[in-house]
Amino acid sequence: MKDLRSCRADFPILEREVNGHPLIYLDSAATTQKPQSVLDAMTAYYENHNANVHRGAHTLAAEATAAFEEARSKVARFIGTSPSQLAFSRGATTSINHIAYGWGLNHLEPGDRIVVTIAEHHANIVPWQLITRYTGAELVYLELDDDLIVDTTDLDSVLDARVKIIAFSGMSNVTGAIGPVAALTEAANSVGAITVLDGAQLVPHAPVRVEDLGVDFMAFSSHKMLGPTGIGALWGRPDRLEEMEPTEGGGEMINVVERLTSTWAPVPHKFEAGTPPIAEAVGFAAAVDYLEAIGMDVVEAHERAITSYALERLSEIPDLVVYGPKDISKRGGAVSFSLADIHPHDLATILDQDGIAIRAGHHCARPLMQYLDLSATARASFYLYNIPEEIDALVVSLLKARKIFGLA
Amino acid sequence: MSQLDELYREVILDHYRNPRRRGNIGGDHIHAEGNNPSCGDELAIDIVIEDGIVVDAAMQGQGCSISQASGSMMMEAIVGRSVKEVTTLARKFKVMMTIEEGEDPLDAEHPGAVLGDLEALQGVRQFPVRIKCADLAWTTLEDALAKATAASA
Repeated sequence: MKDLRSCRADFPILEREVNGHPLIYLDSAATTQKPQSVLDAMTAYYENHNANVHRGAHTLAAEATAAFEEARSKVARFIGTSPSQLAFSRGATTSINHIAYGWGLNHLEPGDRIVVTIAEHHANIVPWQLITRYTGAELVYLELDDDLIVDTTDLDSVLDARVKIIAFSGMSNVTGAIGPVAALTEAANSVGAITVLDGAQLVPHAPVRVEDLGVDFMAFSSHKMLGPTGIGALWGRPDRLEEMEPTEGGGEMINVVERLTSTWAPVPHKFEAGTPPIAEAVGFAAAVDYLEAIGMDVVEAHERAITSYALERLSEIPDLVVYGPKDISKRGGAVSFSLADIHPHDLATILDQDGIAIRAGHHCARPLMQYLDLSATARASFYLYNIPEEIDALVVSLLKARKIFGLA
Repeated sequence: MSQLDELYREVILDHYRNPRRRGNIGGDHIHAEGNNPSCGDELAIDIVIEDGIVVDAAMQGQGCSISQASGSMMMEAIVGRSVKEVTTLARKFKVMMTIEEGEDPLDAEHPGAVLGDLEALQGVRQFPVRIKCADLAWTTLEDALAKATAASA
């Protein structure tokens, strides 16, 4: 394991205690902690350059605009694309909604199909449900194999000319399973459908060259990759972005406004109505700088090592069941599990008393929970700042939970 | 006792593992459902009211030990009591979950509504994010009682 231990010192929150114990943060799939450099970049922006962007000719306005557009360039370069193909949004959820309303609403007809997988986060289900109400299109689900990986063995039976959109995640926030991007983009091409990749979990945890993936759109969030909340990105193929209508109107997204009609600013600005989250964009860029300095291949290798170690240690605990792929090459660092009849909320409360933060619940993936016949799972998720000692502490606390619930 | 031992008292784990009045009621009854969307606790209750008395009750659902034990204990507490007493009990339970230890402002007002075993859930107060788990059954009960009142009006 390439030792990223020294990077822990960059994260001020890791110095705090929770319930008298050092914080052990195992909830990075929900949101990640922020390095000092991200906090400093945002403060420096407010202290020195704060102004509105793309309006006004004064010095601060020019500096703020330059900082905002430089942030766009950095985030674009991070995923291997051009800044003209990257719009900032409030986050992955907003990006998917933009695609659903901006592209889906004017390309779908009654009887058309939108295909998603049963493993999706609500952010990649509910926008499509809303669009079916407006268009008369149908929502259809792909199921999972025994390892809880999207089953692509029988795609021909599900996919036909009715399918216009296939939307799927690059990495499950529940099972950690990596999405079958190649199989689904190939299948989409064969029926003339477009593909929407929910990259919220994939982009933070693996090197991504989005233009090599073959997808039409991708959504991701800053806060899941060391950046601030309130900002994310929408990436699209140039032709798809041109086909897409703006879903929000206002300042910055227009070219000329008449009494009754308007024309739009060029892509990507036409998707950025109103004053954007400028300081957050600066923070997002600082997060990308931080990740690039380490190297995403190093981040990925570290997570694989820590996840392997976690899977191995968790297997020592009686009655503990992990939901997701066992093969480390097929998964990321989100590990969902259950322990005997101890409800995940009870586990989370018991662990919290030892300073350990995990997630419990349906993880915004209720259809998946129903598919697995579960009401909830516990989830530990890892990032570059997690170390094996934290896994050891998790195991000790889980054994303690067994004891509290009267299990030997 | 540690805070965790206070929370997971034996009586609570017993109700979690051996829930009382689990199931459905076949005949005429009032049905109400409650859930905590943020954590996934789900609960549904059936109650039968005759002449202003809760004569039968049953509960379904799934969730954490606190939500399910609270519901199970509630089932035991409400059958055989008048609607008025049950209404007071629900209010008293919720007050118990919000007040500091030692206070009991409703005692003078409603001397008849004794919480009994339900007081074992007091440990939940030390865990503010779990209070909604303990309250879920009672909120669902209040919904059922409101339906009963509306039906008889």
